[in-house]
Amino acid sequence: MHDSHKFKIPIGPQHPALKEPESFSVALKGEKILGVDIRLGYNHRGIEKACEERTFLQDVYLVERVCGICSHSHSTCFVQAVEEIAGLEIPSRAKYLRTLIAELERVHSHLLWLGVAGHEIGFDTLLMYTWRDREIVMDILAQFTGNRVNYGMNTIGGVRRDIDVSQVKDALKAVDTLQERTKYYIEIATSEVTIIKRLSGVGVLSYEDALRLDAVGPTARASGVKRDVRKDDPYAAYADVSFDVITDNHSDVYGRTVVRLKELLESFKIIRQVLENLPAGPIAIKAPRKIPAGEAISRYEAPRGEDVHFVKSNGGEKPERVKIRAPTLANVQAVKHMLKDRFLADMPIVIAAIDPCFSCTDRSIEISYLDDARKKEVLTWPELHAYSIDWHRKRGIDFSSLNKKLKEGFKTS
Amino acid sequence: MSTVSNIVNWARIKSPWLLHFNTGACNACDIEIIAALTPRYDLERFGIQLKGTPRHADILVCSGPVTRQIEDRLVRIYEQMPEPKFVIAVGTCSCTGGVFKGCYNVKAGIDSAIPVAAYIPGCPASPKAIIDGVVKLLSSLKEK
Ligand code: SF4
Repeated sequence: MHDSHKFKIPIGPQHPALKEPESFSVALKGEKILGVDIRLGYNHRGIEKACEERTFLQDVYLVERVCGICSHSHSTCFVQAVEEIAGLEIPSRAKYLRTLIAELERVHSHLLWLGVAGHEIGFDTLLMYTWRDREIVMDILAQFTGNRVNYGMNTIGGVRRDIDVSQVKDALKAVDTLQERTKYYIEIATSEVTIIKRLSGVGVLSYEDALRLDAVGPTARASGVKRDVRKDDPYAAYADVSFDVITDNHSDVYGRTVVRLKELLESFKIIRQVLENLPAGPIAIKAPRKIPAGEAISRYEAPRGEDVHFVKSNGGEKPERVKIRAPTLANVQAVKHMLKDRFLADMPIVIAAIDPCFSCTDRSIEISYLDDARKKEVLTWPELHAYSIDWHRKRGIDFSSLNKKLKEGFKTS
Repeated sequence: MSTVSNIVNWARIKSPWLLHFNTGACNACDIEIIAALTPRYDLERFGIQLKGTPRHADILVCSGPVTRQIEDRLVRIYEQMPEPKFVIAVGTCSCTGGVFKGCYNVKAGIDSAIPVAAYIPGCPASPKAIIDGVVKLLSSLKEK
């Protein structure tokens, strides 16, 4: 093939390297990536709209299903916003329990990620190892909440299940085992030459770029950005526990691996503190069915980064508007940047390294052109409307005469 | 049935290849499918292997309701699979639409787009339930 030959290949929506339906159109020159166009939306279900049609309490369970991996993140973020509007101060035991589940969820999510990352670089042994160990935390979660995933722990005004002394003991034992395993993984990640070589220098995102592109979570922290909602704007019981925000300055996939692994150790620290200092008392207070008018924004540090929920109530049983900004949406811009001028073979691991969750993200569409990265187009609602009319007209479908007739019909009648 | 097709059928039941496709799931069912394939549950002991392409697959494992964007792709993937093919719907929302029923961008369960051979309910369906469903499907093939 001629050297200057450029071509485009589509990847997805169904592709062996992708776990979720999303599609990328990659412009290549030889093996080198010139630009990537990301097409989201295959997983768009219309949850925000559905939230408006259900009651606040039903929404707790619906937003939990925005994403099954960080389900507790979304439901906590949502109930926090609702509680703020309603002016509810939840009991401290509930706060501790929320923190507990949140950290257990982080442990399961990071272990899951480590396995997937191993799989993407052809290290399937790591996948099998981490997923086996992940079952330990899944058991604890199932014991505490009654379900392995989608815990249904939160309710407006607190949590739904209490834990007893024997469960605390089980959890502490499990945490000990997991900590040992995590130390082993850290040892592998920091000494195994193949891993270091494969991950270093891949998917580089400098400190400045991380700030400019608004990366969040471990992706940002691996570029040296010390940002963590748990510390910056503590919610639940995070103000009462001590832990460190892990950062790293490798700024590449390797750095992201190290950050996540070290975060696991911090999570164990938090889980221990929470289990040992669990305050006594009720786990929930009664919440009103109708939430007074008002609006609130709530932030939450999900395993993948900052999750933001906006809730607006008009005083009824149902919210007037719910808006969700999941962490992957913030990070996906950075992926484009990381892939530019890199090799096609790096693509799966670079995408996996932000720990993308497209079921979280699929609620907006950005149109951009491949040939010129700066020529972006954000359509406003009327523009989009005009565009769609034009699109249909070009294909011979025209409703304008019909519309006119309808309008005239209204006037005369 | 001729001897050849008997042998082919025997081989197929001993080693069915799966293709997993997320049609709009919340990811929970997907991770439970992967969990079912990893050491604790080890679905692979039934000779099952996860494959990346529809053209190699005998069984399509779907999770999630059918979103409008994915519908055409789902049908296309199904059509690309060689005969005989079977579809397993994992999770309540792939069985019926579940919590997402009535959302503007969601059709309903998988069977609103393609025929389904086995339904595994649960939100998410636990790995144990997934194993049970797959084994039931395989034993029903034996009888054929
Ligand atoms: S059945 Fe439940 S857990 Fe499974 S994809 Fe649907 S909403 Fe998620």
